[in-house]
Amino acid sequence: MNFFKRFAQNRGALVGLVILGLVVLLALLAPFLYPDSPWRMVQRPFLAPGEVSGFWLGTDVMGRDVAAGLAHGAWVSLLIGLISTVVALAIGVPLGALAGYFGGKVDDALMRFTEFFQTIPNFALAIVLVAIMEPSTFSIVLAIAIVSWPPVARLVRGEFLSIKHREYVEAARLVGQTHRDIIIKQILPNTLSPVIVLASLMVATAILLESSLSFLGLGDPDTMSWGYMIGAARTVMRQAWWLSVIPGVAILLTVLALNLVGEGLDDALNPQLARAR
Amino acid sequence: MTLLSSVTGRLTAAALSLAVALPAVAQETPSSGGVANVAIQPEPPGLMLPLVQNAPTQRVAGNIFEGLLRYDADLEPMPQLATSWEISDDGLTYTFHLHPDVTWHDGEAFSAADVVFSADVFLRETNPRTRAILDHVASIEAPDDETVVFTLKQPFPAFIQAFEVGTLPIVPKHLYAGTDFYNNPANNHPIGTGPFEFAKWDRGSVIELDKNPNYYEAGKPYLDKIYWHVIPDAASRAAAYENGTLNIMPAGSVENFDIPRLAKLDGSCMTEAGSEYFNPFAMLWLNNREGPTADKRFRQAVMYAIDRDFAKNVLWNGLGKVPNGPFSSTLAAHDDDLQPYPYDPDKSRELLAEMGYKGEPVRLLPLPYGETWTRWAEAVRQNLEDVGIDIETESSDVAGWNQKVSDWDYDIAFTYLFQYGDPSLGIARTYISSNIAKGSPWNNVEGYENPEIDKLFAAAAVENDPDKRQAMYDQIQQTLHDDVPLAWIMELAQPTIYRCNVHDLITTGIGLNDGFKNAWIEQ
Repeated sequence: MNFFKRFAQNRGALVGLVILGLVVLLALLAPFLYPDSPWRMVQRPFLAPGEVSGFWLGTDVMGRDVAAGLAHGAWVSLLIGLISTVVALAIGVPLGALAGYFGGKVDDALMRFTEFFQTIPNFALAIVLVAIMEPSTFSIVLAIAIVSWPPVARLVRGEFLSIKHREYVEAARLVGQTHRDIIIKQILPNTLSPVIVLASLMVATAILLESSLSFLGLGDPDTMSWGYMIGAARTVMRQAWWLSVIPGVAILLTVLALNLVGEGLDDALNPQLARAR
Repeated sequence: MTLLSSVTGRLTAAALSLAVALPAVAQETPSSGGVANVAIQPEPPGLMLPLVQNAPTQRVAGNIFEGLLRYDADLEPMPQLATSWEISDDGLTYTFHLHPDVTWHDGEAFSAADVVFSADVFLRETNPRTRAILDHVASIEAPDDETVVFTLKQPFPAFIQAFEVGTLPIVPKHLYAGTDFYNNPANNHPIGTGPFEFAKWDRGSVIELDKNPNYYEAGKPYLDKIYWHVIPDAASRAAAYENGTLNIMPAGSVENFDIPRLAKLDGSCMTEAGSEYFNPFAMLWLNNREGPTADKRFRQAVMYAIDRDFAKNVLWNGLGKVPNGPFSSTLAAHDDDLQPYPYDPDKSRELLAEMGYKGEPVRLLPLPYGETWTRWAEAVRQNLEDVGIDIETESSDVAGWNQKVSDWDYDIAFTYLFQYGDPSLGIARTYISSNIAKGSPWNNVEGYENPEIDKLFAAAAVENDPDKRQAMYDQIQQTLHDDVPLAWIMELAQPTIYRCNVHDLITTGIGLNDGFKNAWIEQ
């Protein structure tokens, strides 16, 4: 109960949670609200929002329903954001844990490896990866995961370094627990709260990355995503500004909501820090 | 049949083509002076037209170089470097009489020896398309300085269409004979006989051409200068036209959706004339070798499934034409009686059911030439998915597209080709089985093999009797129409947008590529 109270004390976090809930709802309901493909040309092109009833967000350059694109795009954005974050955690957490726990040469080797990825600009690397593998949902998720795991490894390593000398860890070592058990059962659970906070922000970054890739035409050509919608509408800005603005606002709100929620989680999971602020 | 063109004939032809190209413009007296500012997109890789064949090169260098002939909108030959010509009755001897007073931009006199060198030596070595045409030629001779005689191995009626500046440009023998053509210093400062001379090229910014003061047609050209501006961003190009920096926007320099807006500006004119010689034709390669596309019924189903009118009206803003079959409607050999495949998804589903299509995935490779082509691929994918075909879109850049198509690594792929003025010049290459070879994205890439079609194309190319030839071409069109070796989706339009005070900009079927010798600006 304490956790929720602390979370709720942050007004911004509550607003974020509500927005995020709406986006998730939209994504889940997309197949029921718009059972047809969002790619189908259904009306005259370039309808302004509300110009024809039934198309409350208008139609795009080819007469496709913008609202349908927005709903199906929500699903794509959230899914890619979540999955790539999970994959990034799956890479970053074990590497960080091993580096922090064992220290010494293992730490050196793993951290140099991590730094190798950290020195290459995220977005440039993601573009190169997707271009090499050919754009598809799989290659995009993988590319985003590959560019976003290093901060996780860094964070987990730091936590491990500070926790591994605590008495209860020493005790576990004394009673003869294996390294594996100590890492998984003793230390890892106590590093989770900062990781959760980081993960919520990573989802936001991943959504932005996916949108940027799609904007540049490196999205999965068979999936309707928000970034794609902006990219396709960019050149018609002067004729139909709403085609870029509507998905743009959707991205803005979703990313903002995730950041607010992340902040709320931070407050709830690290009460000392929150009080100091 | 002897074709004799006199000075009178030449004037009539010129007047006719003017009437065709610019029906609404009152005939006024051209006035000298003024400057043309033209968009060029993308920047050409070079201006030595006989070596570099890219579209932007052809557009600029048509002012510097010239061919023996030009062609009006009906592809009837018009005089250029040749003032008159005769074709012998057996169709084997082509005699050209050259203009007597032509000089090269460097002051040297032009003569028949330049023509013989260009055709027999230079272009045979450097231009594969011209080389294929010259394969029909047994000898090229210059009996005197003002006469050139081409002797053919067998009659090849389309030969008279091969003398356009982009196909057979005349190069200066005194600069190129005996040199390494590709590394000749003259390539950086091309010397031609055309109405404009090369002045200067600031890479990435502007190409400057000056009026040729010694041009052999008295009084021409009218313009003092032509500036070709390199502006990579489409929105900036449009803005430059709106604010008057540019006064001519060739096809391809304006995004399709922006065409109506720019054309409707005050004092802005638009014409679709000037691509009759090229006939750009958009189609879908369908891999005839394997997968569902190997089945004729599947290919027919594709034709029924695609809403070609939608693409024309929405993606191309109503410009262009839905073809009724494999031949562009502007070709003389076009069969007008052929019924186009209608948009009929039900018929398409029926055919798919009949062949037993089970939803095997089919790959679709778009042409990476920009927005319009990407959107077009999305529309076609939706059309095909609507009839139950499972489409996977592939992405690639231009190099990747070239590679996949050349290696036959595709199921359905977008492309467009120039059909030129005669089926033997631009269409046969897509269907004859001798043209099946990996390594080129422009040959019989779909792998269609039909001995009957091979025979008909070969016979029609060298048939001198127009009626017999037409009968063969009709049969070819009907057979191909039924076999659907590939899907014919659009005869592309080439709209030029320009300020209405620019007159006589396009006076031939070659359009802007033919140079600006007749263009003048109302002061």
